Amino acid sequence: MSEERELASALVAEIERTAAGINRPARIMEVCGTHTVELRRQGIHSLLPRGITLVSGPGCPVCVTPAGYVDNALMLAESGRAVIASFGDMLKVPGSSGRSLTSLSAGGRAKLVYSPTELIEIARKAGAPVVFLAVGFETTIPTVISVLQDARNRGIDNLYLYTAFKTVPPALRFLLANPEHGIDGFLLPGHVSVVIGADAYGFLEGPGGRPGVITGFEALDMLLGILLVLRQVRKGTHRVENAYPRAVRPGGNPLARGMMESMLEPRDETWRGLGVIPGAALGLRPALADRDAAKVFSLPPAADAEAPGCICARVVAGMAAPPQCPLFGTRCTPDDPVGPCMVSSEGTCAAYFRYGDGK
Amino acid sequence: MCLATPMRIEKLLEGGRAIVSQGNVKVEVNVSLLQKPKPGDHVIIHAGFAIETLSLVEAEERLALFRKLAELSGETGGA
Amino acid sequence: MKEGALIRLEHGSGGALSRDLVESVIHPFFRSESYPELSDASPVEAGSDFLMTTDGYVVDPPFFPGGDIGGLSVWGTCNDLAVCGAKPICVSLALVLEEGFAVADLKKVLQSAAAAAREADTRIVTGDTKVVPRGRGGGIFVTTAGLGRRVFSGVLSPSRIREGDSVIISAPLGAHGLTVLAARESLPVAGTLRSDMAFLYPPVSLLFPLEESLRFLRDATRGGIAAVLNEAAHGAAWGIRIAEAEIPVSEEVRTVADLLGLNPLEIANEGVFVAVVDAQAETAALQALRGHPLGRTARCVGHVSLENPGTVLMTTRIGGTRRVDFPRGLLLPRIC
Repeated sequence: MSEERELASALVAEIERTAAGINRPARIMEVCGTHTVELRRQGIHSLLPRGITLVSGPGCPVCVTPAGYVDNALMLAESGRAVIASFGDMLKVPGSSGRSLTSLSAGGRAKLVYSPTELIEIARKAGAPVVFLAVGFETTIPTVISVLQDARNRGIDNLYLYTAFKTVPPALRFLLANPEHGIDGFLLPGHVSVVIGADAYGFLEGPGGRPGVITGFEALDMLLGILLVLRQVRKGTHRVENAYPRAVRPGGNPLARGMMESMLEPRDETWRGLGVIPGAALGLRPALADRDAAKVFSLPPAADAEAPGCICARVVAGMAAPPQCPLFGTRCTPDDPVGPCMVSSEGTCAAYFRYGDGK
Repeated sequence: MCLATPMRIEKLLEGGRAIVSQGNVKVEVNVSLLQKPKPGDHVIIHAGFAIETLSLVEAEERLALFRKLAELSGETGGA
Repeated sequence: MKEGALIRLEHGSGGALSRDLVESVIHPFFRSESYPELSDASPVEAGSDFLMTTDGYVVDPPFFPGGDIGGLSVWGTCNDLAVCGAKPICVSLALVLEEGFAVADLKKVLQSAAAAAREADTRIVTGDTKVVPRGRGGGIFVTTAGLGRRVFSGVLSPSRIREGDSVIISAPLGAHGLTVLAARESLPVAGTLRSDMAFLYPPVSLLFPLEESLRFLRDATRGGIAAVLNEAAHGAAWGIRIAEAEIPVSEEVRTVADLLGLNPLEIANEGVFVAVVDAQAETAALQALRGHPLGRTARCVGHVSLENPGTVLMTTRIGGTRRVDFPRGLLLPRIC
């Protein structure tokens, strides 16, 4: 047996011992979409004792972007007013017509990027405005705005951001404000925390708070995170713990935070299915209005619409599990998705469908 | 999209970029979000950027913690 | 498929949608009593020992580290015959060239094709050439037909697979697909990534002496081994369980796949095949394969089980369990 497997077994044994001492089922929310996927991909669900439920949260940026955003992007590209550039997932999300941007990639009107750094060359060669679908949480946000800054410094003035940046701490507050939330503890997103710092979650230690453990993404990291949350649930404490100290510092990444502070400001935007969460989005400051696609191209506010029967909204809030959706696995599959929870590689429905229940 | 890959800085380049490597694989990434990057640093790469330097001290401690836990688990007979 | 459905790029990915297209739209036109299965290589007439196969190659870019579309199309075709138990005899090459494609490049492609045929002890005996206007083609598309003679006396089919059978992978995964993707997207990833394209008849034929103990063979091209294993298990009364710790992947492929968010189980290979054998024959099979340069790292990655009919499960590195699904969505277009 490999050392990793041995250590994993020991952690699982500890989890079982701790869970046995909690005399009710425990619901732990994995905030981050990457955790949702990694927990299943590593087979951790199959190792946890009954009585521990892992609930997915709203940390899938594509899943929480309203359908109207895609409609606006499609309109921009199809009208010829701009070339769209985007990370892969967003290209696949259907808008309210059921069409996605992938249909435009062959014609060169929608380009896939693996890194925002590719935007410089794309903008240089495009001969047209390039609008980047700037969707992401705090892990990704600094990488995007850094490139925007770089473009401006180089005199490249045809690169715009259509922002749908979201932030985690306000979203967690919002979830906790609902008295029916039923969450006993949080696995906090490791790489978002790398940027914003362990100190960003102080509110979890206040009234109405819950234990939160900043967790990494390797199998042992995630098992440790679950164990530490359970220990607190058992003790009835609600503290923030950093179980990923090799990457997460109390103050996060100062350069990234500084850049976000100087270029972005909080906004009130719609989170798909959750409605408007005050201050939980970030948009370009007025000084950068000339790069703000929504302003420059007069884009209407992104309407929030669910396809009939789709309960993605409840899934991202941790209120429902994918198998409870009438469309799951029948009308809605990764090959023919209805909602973003199935489209996104980090969507909860996609993770359930692809990796199964582990039993 | 929170996945980040750990790699090692091989060489700093101009313009806030660097070559990072893992085994045989070398990638050019942006290191402008790091405060004082230097060759030999272990960093995590997300979307073509190094977003943080990894602390090897903490990494060692983590491994030690796990091993200790495994030892104790073994002593109490596991589950 | 729905009325008014359109072909999508995903239909060419080698995943579940590809299978759907073939089985629900295409096969119904051609199935018959004598050809109920329409496998990758089929007898030219009922009872014949001559098998015929066909393939299309649309790889972009046409030249990549480790090979090009010329060699790829010849060997890929020969490999289709090999995994159906036949020795390749001859191949045809039909070229669709886009206006503006360089003649010098065409010559390189043809040179590779000729060299690949020589190495495979086979001949390119006929061909065709068409030219399409600029913008209507992909530089160069190649369609092949291959003829081979059955050498393996038994039947190779998922229907022969039994509980307990061993699942063997012949070589490390992911090299071809990642190499082509890196070349196409000019990803700032340097390494020694090379396509693993190879002529597989020599190692494959080393398994023929196993006779009925050899149940099934398939080369793991588009969709990788996730596609091969899921296709084999689909609708069967048995399932497959593999062990993540046993899956052969080079460090390099693992790192690049990680960086790109791709799964080595789903990436196309051109030098890897899957063999399902009776567990009693596993040792002999591995010994035979490991004696050949293309099978040196061959490994048993799992077994056929009754616990999960129709599906593929994987024991993860930490001892958990998860499904290995068909590849879904648009993974890597124009890899083969």
